[in-house]
Amino acid sequence: MWSDIFQTEKPGYYGQFGGMFIPEILRATFEELIAAFESAKTDPSFWMEYVQTMQSYSCRPTPITYLPNLSKKNGGAQIYCKREDLNQTGAHKANNVMGQGLLVKRMGKSRVIAETGAGQHGVATATMAARFGLECKIYMGALDVERQRPNVFWMEQLGAEVVPVTEGSSTLKDAINAAMRDWSASMDDTHYALGTVCGPHPFPTMVSYFQSLIGQESREQILELTGKLPDRIYACVGGGSNASGLFLPFLEDKEVELVGVEAGGHGIESGAHAVRFSSGHIGVAQGYKTYFLQNPEGQMMHTHSIAAGLDYVGVGPILSHLHDEGKVRFSSATDQEVIDAVRLLIRTEGLIPALESTHGLAGLLRESSEMDEEDIVLFNLSGRGDKDIFNIAEALDDPKWREFIHQKSNEYRRSSN
Amino acid sequence: MSGKLSEYLRNRLKEKKILLMTHTVVGYPSLEDNWRMLQEMQVANVDMVELQMPFSEPIADGPLFVKANQEALKNGIDWNAYFDFMGRAHEKFDFPLLLIGYYNSAFAMGHHSFCSRLAEHGASGYLLPDLPLEEMGDLQDLSREYQLNPIMLCTPTHKDTRLQSICTNGSGFLYCVARKGVTGAVTKIDPMIFEFLKRCRKYSDLPLALGFGLSTGEDLKQLQGHADIAVIGTALLKIWEEKGYEAYRSLLQELAVATA
Repeated sequence: MWSDIFQTEKPGYYGQFGGMFIPEILRATFEELIAAFESAKTDPSFWMEYVQTMQSYSCRPTPITYLPNLSKKNGGAQIYCKREDLNQTGAHKANNVMGQGLLVKRMGKSRVIAETGAGQHGVATATMAARFGLECKIYMGALDVERQRPNVFWMEQLGAEVVPVTEGSSTLKDAINAAMRDWSASMDDTHYALGTVCGPHPFPTMVSYFQSLIGQESREQILELTGKLPDRIYACVGGGSNASGLFLPFLEDKEVELVGVEAGGHGIESGAHAVRFSSGHIGVAQGYKTYFLQNPEGQMMHTHSIAAGLDYVGVGPILSHLHDEGKVRFSSATDQEVIDAVRLLIRTEGLIPALESTHGLAGLLRESSEMDEEDIVLFNLSGRGDKDIFNIAEALDDPKWREFIHQKSNEYRRSSN
Repeated sequence: MSGKLSEYLRNRLKEKKILLMTHTVVGYPSLEDNWRMLQEMQVANVDMVELQMPFSEPIADGPLFVKANQEALKNGIDWNAYFDFMGRAHEKFDFPLLLIGYYNSAFAMGHHSFCSRLAEHGASGYLLPDLPLEEMGDLQDLSREYQLNPIMLCTPTHKDTRLQSICTNGSGFLYCVARKGVTGAVTKIDPMIFEFLKRCRKYSDLPLALGFGLSTGEDLKQLQGHADIAVIGTALLKIWEEKGYEAYRSLLQELAVATA
């Protein structure tokens, strides 16, 4: 069984990666969370409740869509995508937060906190908190608060308090540190709903477990649609939650090649990127051991990506292990390749992808043209892009959009005078 | 000094009612300021000093130390600068020195090199708040080999079994964390803290240090008879920043008076 990967010899360790490098004050809290998760996992009604919740609240199972126009245009393999963009709040993040929300209810806690980069996980957490009647605080890098006003707006409308984090580089990693600090004082009534497959055990395991719904559905759906398993599947990798969710249920299918695509930013040689596997080193930070983009003395470096959700120094320990074992191959896509791929997908198939997800597509497009027409490739369309209109319009450098913003800004200025 | 840290502390306790451990982030505000701080600590007859090695992701620290870590890195403090400072401090001052920092520094340096460099520059031990006992690996053996004391942290949220295993693996002294949360926020000294210290005492006869949120001579007086060592970190840096050198000096003197 693919899920045997969670049955590790040393709990929370995947090969040499993972672990629990936490301040002692949080030890009992982590033990409580591990116990709650283990008991939920062995209770068949929990998974059923989770799947039903996702069906009624988040449109699951999300379909797989065949992309004939794009396949033809790019040449080579037939391209399919898993439609995680159709989830509640428009991304796969909903899977994880609803799962953790059900767990919070089991643990009887009344408050959730979370970190967010682009704001996707923050918005997803805020919807979950509203739905389950929980108090909610979201930590977000001050830079990201500036860049992602629409998501901040929604989080606040949903009743969450958004706290701008000004430490460090004022981005995702600093938001994680801030959430961890809050939790070390508030654990009695608070759950930290970490948004990706990183951090101390049990988060990598737990988030992968909830996200594996993506791959479980995909495997069945693609078999039904095409009569065979895909030759290759692609997913973008920031922390790695959508990739883990898609890949893990295919782990034992030797004929399926798994490809993770990292954020190449301005190119690896520029130094402005978030490519952990070829440029990073193994280290321990934010509570776990994995590949980090760090200097030789272990200080974390600045990262860059056009997609805020991939702009992160570390990567899930399960993926690091699978990388070292040769079970997942990693490549990267640059900002420019991503912009081109966004345009192409919008025009050929009428799908508007998130910039994050488009990294998976860009990695795919580079390779699938060399494959046979009978070959099948699948990528995870992990989020939709239309709600990120500010970012995408800026990335595409649309002059009419800029003019519109100027106009709006003038209107606001006039009405406030 | 190294290896015999607990003996040294016990001897000091014959002369004082409570000992004082202070702290500075190496490289913040500057190495020169750090040096002046240590000079004042010597004058105040401080019993032990933590030198923090800056790290980019200090998850156990509160806002003031987070900023200090960040600024120290911006000031270019690397391993060489840190150890050079430690070595000079060891030569000049009487108090034992401990490294406080985060595990990634030790991991990136390599356990062996981490221990040998600490020993070479006169450290008596180290505290790595994000390194739990079960992740120490060969650091335990190497520390013994280099006569370094890995300082363990006890917290009020520990269950008895874990508290016991931490206490029995302790070396030098035990660092008891007064409350939940990170460094810096104010701690009210109440009977809960005394109960917690009693729980630690049950499992170990090592000297007990209490830290997190202590700030005044009054705090130290209240702790006499309950804890062996009081740790003052944030309060000192805060007063240096807000009121300057003279105020820093008088706080140290107030603390020194309260130890007698």
